[in-house]
Amino acid sequence: MSIKLTIMDEMARVAREHGKILAPLDDDLALLDCGLDSLGIAVLVARLEDKLGLDPFTTAEEVQFPVTVGDFVKAYEHGAH
Amino acid sequence: MSTALTDAQPLRARLTGATADAVFFDRAARVRVADLVCRTSLCGGRADLGGRAVLLVTASQLTAALALIELDGMVRRLLILPPDVDPDHLGALIAGAEIDAVVTDGTLPPQLAGLPVRVVCTPGIVPLAEPPRACERTEWVLLTSGTTGVPKMVAHSVAGLTAALAPSASAEPVVWGTFYDIRRYGGLQIFLRAVLGGASLVLSSAGEPVAEHLARLARHGVTHLSGTPSHWRRALMSPEIGRIAPRYVRLSGEIADQAILDALRAAFPRADIGHAYASTEAGVVFAVDDGRAGFPARFLNGARNGVEIKIVDGCLRIRSPGAALRYVGGAKTAALHDGDGFVDSGDMVERQGDRYVFVGRQGGIINVGGLKVHPEEVEAVINRHPRVRMSLVRAKRSPFTGALVVADIVLTAPAAAAGNEAELRDDILKLCRGALPRHKVPAAISFVPALAVAATGKLARRGV
Repeated sequence: MSIKLTIMDEMARVAREHGKILAPLDDDLALLDCGLDSLGIAVLVARLEDKLGLDPFTTAEEVQFPVTVGDFVKAYEHGAH
Repeated sequence: MSTALTDAQPLRARLTGATADAVFFDRAARVRVADLVCRTSLCGGRADLGGRAVLLVTASQLTAALALIELDGMVRRLLILPPDVDPDHLGALIAGAEIDAVVTDGTLPPQLAGLPVRVVCTPGIVPLAEPPRACERTEWVLLTSGTTGVPKMVAHSVAGLTAALAPSASAEPVVWGTFYDIRRYGGLQIFLRAVLGGASLVLSSAGEPVAEHLARLARHGVTHLSGTPSHWRRALMSPEIGRIAPRYVRLSGEIADQAILDALRAAFPRADIGHAYASTEAGVVFAVDDGRAGFPARFLNGARNGVEIKIVDGCLRIRSPGAALRYVGGAKTAALHDGDGFVDSGDMVERQGDRYVFVGRQGGIINVGGLKVHPEEVEAVINRHPRVRMSLVRAKRSPFTGALVVADIVLTAPAAAAGNEAELRDDILKLCRGALPRHKVPAAISFVPALAVAATGKLARRGV
């Protein structure tokens, strides 16, 4: 599964567990509008660390907060290289 | 410097009630308790100890037990060193407690080489030339089980240490066992129960595996056995657990959740099972014997056995004849009691129906995006799962919420989980989601083969 698909999959799963409704996702959508609140995003990042073996936000020297869903996915795609 | 003896008799004088067959055991040796009345475990130099501030540092719990009986009433102050103290802290402890003598059963760390008086203690007891004279009301100094820095030294009187002990009602011989080291408050309570009750006591030896300790407890016919919930969870994982059948099972030192109480009930259907609430500073506060976690709310109404409790900002405060006298040494700037004589326990409780349950330590709170989580309350939920033996909930750093809750879990049968870990993880999370608000549900679960239990018998919690 591609990184992007894994992320989308996990987002849907966290949203379901947290009783949230996920907005239709596209790259320009603001992350905070995707339907997950900051706790949901924090949990998502922890889950993705298990799945993908990396956490681009916590390991970085300076945390770059992703603004859009596209930024969020890119952070993982960059980190994986 | 001597204080006249009035109410409190020294320990040796209280041994006369020991039955003829009461024995202290460890893996290597045995000592008949009645023999201690007129024999000594101290090889020479005994006379030099009178009135001094003595550090007791032993490799074995058995020699510590013998020395405690011997030194109470003889020395001014008795600082009991638990086995796990960082040698780097010894200098501060000796200076703070004004130690001028050491009693030991083996080689001393170099930090203690300069002490003027040094006396060796062995289990090979010999007759005393003349009957012992008690002339001091010895101050007992225990170390707290704090996690970092120099441990605090806490002073007790023997009267305070034994305040919670009711005379034994048992007509049958009692054999005490303890998973707890007797050089810490929780284990010392068991030692004192054995001494004052004229009972036998089975002690573990340094480095003894749980299975061997359990086998020895079985061989000596243990009737009363005490440990922390972590000790008990570990014991329940040993195949040897089936060999013991204690009449009384006691838990203290950590929160006893319903899962461990139920597991012990299942393992020992006929035993009395009690969980005691005690701390080095507050002493023994109460014991609960109805098999349910927490304690009845009515415990807050007035004094029970001279002990009063109240709740301030969610935290238990205790005023008790069993409480410590004060801190000793460097930490003495901190007051042990508040203005009304209550000790702040740092243990947080929450009302649930007609009971209060312990939710965690004041200092152990995980802050998830501004919301507080006690690791222990999450562990209590996880531990309810039938496949879970024990769990550790800890904080994981997150740039989004500051921290997240994650869990390390030991399963009852780890091998059986291979292949369906994902399913089990989902099942445990489902249980958590049903019982906890969302910020308390672990963001991640790891299955681990074991969890570290500190020398204090408590689950080793890393700093948050």
